Amino acid sequence: MELSGDDIVTQFLKDEGVEYVFGYPGGAVLHIYDALFRQDAVKHILVRHEQGATHAADGYARSTGKPGVVLVTSGPGATNAVTGIATAYMDSIPLVVLTGQVTSQFIGSDAFQEVDSVGITRPCVKHNFLVKDVKDLASTLKKAFYVATTGRPGPVVVDIPKDITDPNIKIPYEYPKSMELRSYNPVLEVIPTQIEKAVDALLSAKRPIIYSGGGSVLGNASEELRTFTRQLGYPITQTLMGLGAYPEPDPLNVGMLGMHGTYEANMAMHECDVLLAVGARFDDRVTGDVKQFCPNATIIHIDIDPASISKNVQVDIPLVGEVKHVLKELSKTVTATKRKPDEKALNSWWDKIKDWASKDCLRYDRNSALIKPQFVVEKLYEVTGGDAFVTSDVGQHQMFAAQFYKFNEPRRWINSGGLGTMGFGLPAAIGTQLGNPEQTVACVTGEASIQMCLQELSTALQYSTPIKVVNLNNRYMGMVRQWQEFFYESRYSQSYINALPDFMKLAEAYGHVGMRIDKPEDVEGALKEAFAMKDRLVFMDFITDQKENVYPMIAAGKGHHEMHERELA
Amino acid sequence: MQHIISLLMENESGALSRVAGLFSARGYNIESLTVAPTEDETLSRMTIVTSGSNEIIEQINKQLNKLIDVVKLVDITANGDHIERELMLIKVKADTNEKREEIKRQADIFHGQILDVTDTTYVIELIGEGSKLDAFIKAMDAADILETVRSGATGITRGETCLRL
Repeated sequence: MELSGDDIVTQFLKDEGVEYVFGYPGGAVLHIYDALFRQDAVKHILVRHEQGATHAADGYARSTGKPGVVLVTSGPGATNAVTGIATAYMDSIPLVVLTGQVTSQFIGSDAFQEVDSVGITRPCVKHNFLVKDVKDLASTLKKAFYVATTGRPGPVVVDIPKDITDPNIKIPYEYPKSMELRSYNPVLEVIPTQIEKAVDALLSAKRPIIYSGGGSVLGNASEELRTFTRQLGYPITQTLMGLGAYPEPDPLNVGMLGMHGTYEANMAMHECDVLLAVGARFDDRVTGDVKQFCPNATIIHIDIDPASISKNVQVDIPLVGEVKHVLKELSKTVTATKRKPDEKALNSWWDKIKDWASKDCLRYDRNSALIKPQFVVEKLYEVTGGDAFVTSDVGQHQMFAAQFYKFNEPRRWINSGGLGTMGFGLPAAIGTQLGNPEQTVACVTGEASIQMCLQELSTALQYSTPIKVVNLNNRYMGMVRQWQEFFYESRYSQSYINALPDFMKLAEAYGHVGMRIDKPEDVEGALKEAFAMKDRLVFMDFITDQKENVYPMIAAGKGHHEMHERELA
Repeated sequence: MQHIISLLMENESGALSRVAGLFSARGYNIESLTVAPTEDETLSRMTIVTSGSNEIIEQINKQLNKLIDVVKLVDITANGDHIERELMLIKVKADTNEKREEIKRQADIFHGQILDVTDTTYVIELIGEGSKLDAFIKAMDAADILETVRSGATGITRGETCLRL
């Protein structure tokens, strides 16, 4: 088949099985947009800002497990996409981002809408490419998908100068079915002797804990994680990125750990003698002060990325490989040894954990005349049967959603954990809904975050994505306000938003349904009414308690045993 | 401790900036970096001199390995016996007979070669480990040194172990 570069892009995407491309046209990608117009296999989702395109593709990828694809123009198109690319990079999300570039001969001449996209994105991509010859186009695209989706996943940028997609230059095209790179060989299988060491340490444990992260979700290891945890009967805690890989309403689950984790999870981390980290990267929001992190523990770490091992915390037994595969091997080996966990020690360890849990660290004032954000999330959980895809933005509402929505399944909780990108939630919800058309999708957000990518309400109308926006509106940048209250003697510098729009009318102006809820007794009814509108985006503006804080909290740089707790009258 | 890391990478544009960017983005020390194509024109060989605690050096090795363009890597300092060589060209003031003799004598001791001579200057070429070049600079009168240029270290392991595909 003879094709020109523009058609090679669309034909390749079709051959690769790409369902959606999230993008925005512009000069350098006009050939490609013309090719998109001439076919109907690949559907294009027109966003309102390129940041929205990357977040939507990201939400699609997180919720489906398939790579998200983005198409933007050169210059500002590419720079607008950078925040979304960095967001995906920090959370290891597979994206392929095609950026247009000025015509090859103009590269380096400060041409109109020229920016060094490869240079700008280099620190926040798994890899990037500049296509220099149309003959390399198909193989480069294949490399991009291969690199993005294998090993530890991540975003890959392919920068395509306009002349490469010239419709007048045709070359033979054949879909490259497979790809090998001599310089890229992800380690998938763990070394057997390491498994034996790990099993010995795990079965000798008196106070064990399993700490599971985003790798269990991304590595589709949920089933293996459940089997192995239950086989041992050990307590399990999950990171913000890992929620749902192990079901949260479960007797072995002690809740999320870290800065806003549960008292029992953090105390169990602090006092454990054997820690099994599963696809987690010892992020500072999880570890707190690394010098005080799990001070008495033998640390076992499963990760597909060797560079994650001993990066922040020294690891005793590294298990490099695919999480799924490593957990299977561990499980098999435990069965084969016929050794059992130390039941007596385990019982007294569980007694201790239950004692910590009895503190009920997530308690809040249920008699408040104001709407408590926690209450809204609890009701959201009830109304959706715990079965929704929940995206979030960044801040207090994100923590409340993580603490109070109990995820049963992986890939249901979609948030920007690593980069902490405000504005992520709404476009991510659009991508999630497109990838899961029959499912319920809620976006838990705040009045500050939602305004960062608000324009995507228009995209949601165009593609009829019936997202339910749960806006926890406290008129403050809540997390900033909380830190200012705790660490800056309540000097609320620039964290109060004094001129908010009427979100109900705003939603209506965008063609959606708007609701405003300001009494606790109306919360459940409003949610039920909204979720009953199966084909409409409903924007619920919950006017919440302005001064509510997220508890428990470990201040930055403190140890797991140094939590602040809520004082209740 | 100082480490010399040798690596083979795809001879692609931008490969060098990926390595340089990694060091600046992660705050690693970089003392010198040299790069040139190899006999296999699809590969470049880079030598990086860096320093840090064992943990940092381990991370540097892993992060370099993680770069998609890096094909193979060896920390030749950690891998036992190796040879390290650096080239220096140094231009010194040689404007009196006394100085000219003294500098010539020093250059001979260090097995340096005088490559250029004028009425007032010498250009001396010196090859050796970095410490030898440092020693030669110390041996010169600081006021007489007009210019120095050093290639940065390159290195190779002794014996049969090789960095090749």
